[in-house]
Amino acid sequence: MYNASDLKKGLKIEIDNDPYIVTDFQFSKPGKGQALYRCKLKNMITGVIISPTYRSGDSFQKADLSERKMQYLYNQDDEFWFMDLENYEQTALTSAQVSDAKDYMTDNLEVDILFFGDKPIGITLPYFVDLIVQKADPWAKGDSVAGDTKPVTLETGYVLRVPPFIEEGEKLTIDTRSGEYVTRVKE
Amino acid sequence: MIPGRGNMSRGSRNSLPNIKKERALEPTLKLRARMIQAIRAFFEANGYLHVETPCLIPAPAPEAHIDAIRAGDLYLQPSPELCMKRLLAAGFSRIFQISKCFRDKERGTLHLPEFTMLEWYRTGIDYTVLMEECQDLFLFVCESLHLQEPVCYGGRDIDFRPPWERLSVEDAFKSLASIPLKEALEKDLFEEVMVAEIEPHLGWGKPTFLFDYPASMAALARLRKDNRAVAERFEIYVGGLELANGFSELNDAEEQRTRFEEERRKRAASQRPVYPVPEKFLDALPSMPDAAGIALGIDRLAMILTDATSIDQVVAFVPETL
Repeated sequence: MYNASDLKKGLKIEIDNDPYIVTDFQFSKPGKGQALYRCKLKNMITGVIISPTYRSGDSFQKADLSERKMQYLYNQDDEFWFMDLENYEQTALTSAQVSDAKDYMTDNLEVDILFFGDKPIGITLPYFVDLIVQKADPWAKGDSVAGDTKPVTLETGYVLRVPPFIEEGEKLTIDTRSGEYVTRVKE
Repeated sequence: MIPGRGNMSRGSRNSLPNIKKERALEPTLKLRARMIQAIRAFFEANGYLHVETPCLIPAPAPEAHIDAIRAGDLYLQPSPELCMKRLLAAGFSRIFQISKCFRDKERGTLHLPEFTMLEWYRTGIDYTVLMEECQDLFLFVCESLHLQEPVCYGGRDIDFRPPWERLSVEDAFKSLASIPLKEALEKDLFEEVMVAEIEPHLGWGKPTFLFDYPASMAALARLRKDNRAVAERFEIYVGGLELANGFSELNDAEEQRTRFEEERRKRAASQRPVYPVPEKFLDALPSMPDAAGIALGIDRLAMILTDATSIDQVVAFVPETL
């Protein structure tokens, strides 16, 4: 159990059977009155934001959240399937839940799947992934000045801008937080 | 100057923790020090005696929503109010104090659990005269600091020259709130409405005196003789910030004891620690002449004068970085 005085940014609590994360928080205490805790809470499943005000006596259930290391298997229709490497249990996220993460996911990638109770609700990627360039225009020397970039398409279908010397078939390290090119992988 | 501390290198100055990088600490602390000097000069020029009362006290005022911090068998003072009123009862007529006060679990952009408070008390006046004196003090401080008139806070000008705006709590609800005061009290939504709908609009252009609080919200204030539903209590708002809380002091010991019992009952009902009844204060109260007194947050005044958005910006250290 949490009390209102435990509220702070990043705290995860359960309200009406949904997990919420505190995204903003303001302590107020007008005059000699009650302490108020004005919050912005984001529903961790639907993304809906609510703005409740709590008082010092209020208490909250801790959201039952856990992360499990899982391997990405495949996607079929609207579902992305993952397997727990310890007990081989399989679970699926919807493409809406996977969202932009699918730009970085190749078979067998190890990711963290977030569970609320026994229900999978989110995915956390490794900060860096290696992906193969599927399509790139050839680099015409002298065409461009140093510092230019060109678009390439990766094996996942993700399109990003990279230095002009990158060629088809090369493996690149991508930062999944920014979606940007980091370096070429030398093999 | 403390030997060896005179020439702080740039490096050691920058190594002070917890200061928001975008704000320079040194100009803020210098202004804060000059502000406190000006406040002392104002009270000394007006015949006030600077007093020091203990920070460690056996019985904080039993107020429903103010939690004291325990220190062994004693408490750190949430306010010097009770000791200062005992000095009035002992015959002092004009006293002021700048001291550290402590309130448990108060932390936010406007709150520190340890903060600096100015309190002053004067016999023979009521809250209306005290309001005049507040105007004089602010004007004196601004002039002493050679601050440009008006002061700019949050991108808007605030003119400290009197007269300031005066708004009763009831009128504030009428003009700014979605529900009338009576309904807010009945539904126990006073604080919620105050914080969300009223406070943000107060004290722009000129500071605002919000006055005549519901009797239930003033454990130590005198009620108005012509309207027992309200207490002779006011708050000063500047730029949406509550800076000070003043009132005509209750000096009827029996009524004060009843109020304390009521506040202690509320504390017990909300499962908060119930403090001992401050008997020595109640014993002294019948000797206290009619008086008015006020508590003003020094940190928040420094926020206004330095255009700070958080109390963290006007102190050298905050609890999280100690």
